[in-house]
Amino acid sequence: MADNDQLQVELVAADRTVWSGQASMVVAKTADGDIGILRNHMPVLSLLVDGVVEITPVDGEKIFGAVDGGFLSVANNRVSILSQFALLSDEIDVDQARAELESAQADSDADDAADRVRRAEARIRAYERAS
Amino acid sequence: MAVSLREYRARIKSTESMKKITRAMELIAASRIIKAQQRAQSAAPYARELTRAVSAVATYSNVDHPLTQEPENPTRAAVLIVTSDRGLAGAYSSSVLKEAERLAERLREEGKEIQTYICGRKGEAYYKFRDRPVVASWTGFSDQPSYEAAHEIGTTLIDAFLDKDGEHAVDEVHVVFTRFRSMLVQEPTDVRLLPLEVVEGEEKPENGDVLPLYEFEPSPEAVLDGLLPQYVQSRIFFALLQAAASELAARQKAMKSATDNADELIKKYTRIANQARQAGITQEISEIVGGVNALADAQSGE
Repeated sequence: MADNDQLQVELVAADRTVWSGQASMVVAKTADGDIGILRNHMPVLSLLVDGVVEITPVDGEKIFGAVDGGFLSVANNRVSILSQFALLSDEIDVDQARAELESAQADSDADDAADRVRRAEARIRAYERAS
Repeated sequence: MAVSLREYRARIKSTESMKKITRAMELIAASRIIKAQQRAQSAAPYARELTRAVSAVATYSNVDHPLTQEPENPTRAAVLIVTSDRGLAGAYSSSVLKEAERLAERLREEGKEIQTYICGRKGEAYYKFRDRPVVASWTGFSDQPSYEAAHEIGTTLIDAFLDKDGEHAVDEVHVVFTRFRSMLVQEPTDVRLLPLEVVEGEEKPENGDVLPLYEFEPSPEAVLDGLLPQYVQSRIFFALLQAAASELAARQKAMKSATDNADELIKKYTRIANQARQAGITQEISEIVGGVNALADAQSGE
């Protein structure tokens, strides 16, 4: 376990570990609003909404990931971000996300259209913030 | 005589090509099984974290959730049977189906009505042939299940469970799948999925013992609401992954014994063919000798 100002972060999707490593800060979007996590944060279990997760690793550039809902748990300087589907910004096919966004906006009658719009937007935002 | 020799040769040839096919299938299954195990491994962190979170919520708050409530008088049960899409896997599908029959028998004895949900074409065919009703079935992913599939199945089953008066409303949900113990042992098992019992994971604290005191955002109820369906889906995903690994292991085993049997058969046919060839030669010789003798007798008689 790190002893300076580090957090052990894991970004986990249902079928794989998307990213894991040491980081100094994590910012995620919860149901109540954005939450920023530094070392020695109090234990929190919170629901995430479709959005962008920002991880500042100890070395290297900031990492952006798009998550489809899920939740965040913080305890003992361990941060786990769980989402059924999660993508890092460099894995996102932005053209496909844009096409998906358009098609979701086009048939706004469908039940899941709002979800699809939010998911596609989260992907596009993660991509744009990273570039 | 010559005809039967040719027949044997043809049989040997076809057995040989069959052996090539089964051998190839064995190798394919063997390589896929490694991938299936890797998939199961990479799905493990999610399941672990999820279980931990669920037990944390369950420990710290006494929230009653519809998904964990035991119905007072359960009369209807849903059974999800996980079978394979393709055959040639030995007794894999039939032993899952047998297990499902046993479970159904037990549930019926408890006075419960059964609604069947099926994964995999083999189970679907089995129920169709016997003309039994199936509420829903999913096919096409048995050897490499995706999380999307588990998500869809989970949503359907949760809806059925939460539904109180609908046509397909149920009071409990069971899953029958094959647990992958090792390459040699796969056992069909049934587990009750709903109402939920959180079994694995963080131990409940003894009195006075402290676990991190989580703050729940927005509220414990809302967190539980979000977590439990995902937990159910991850359990189903786990069952599908296990079933996939078991299916491949069963197929590898079945194909291995098929290859061995083909070897045996080829040996046997080769022996018979050789015998037939020798018998043919012997007969020809004796025919020639007999002919020569007859000729000599006729000449000496002149």
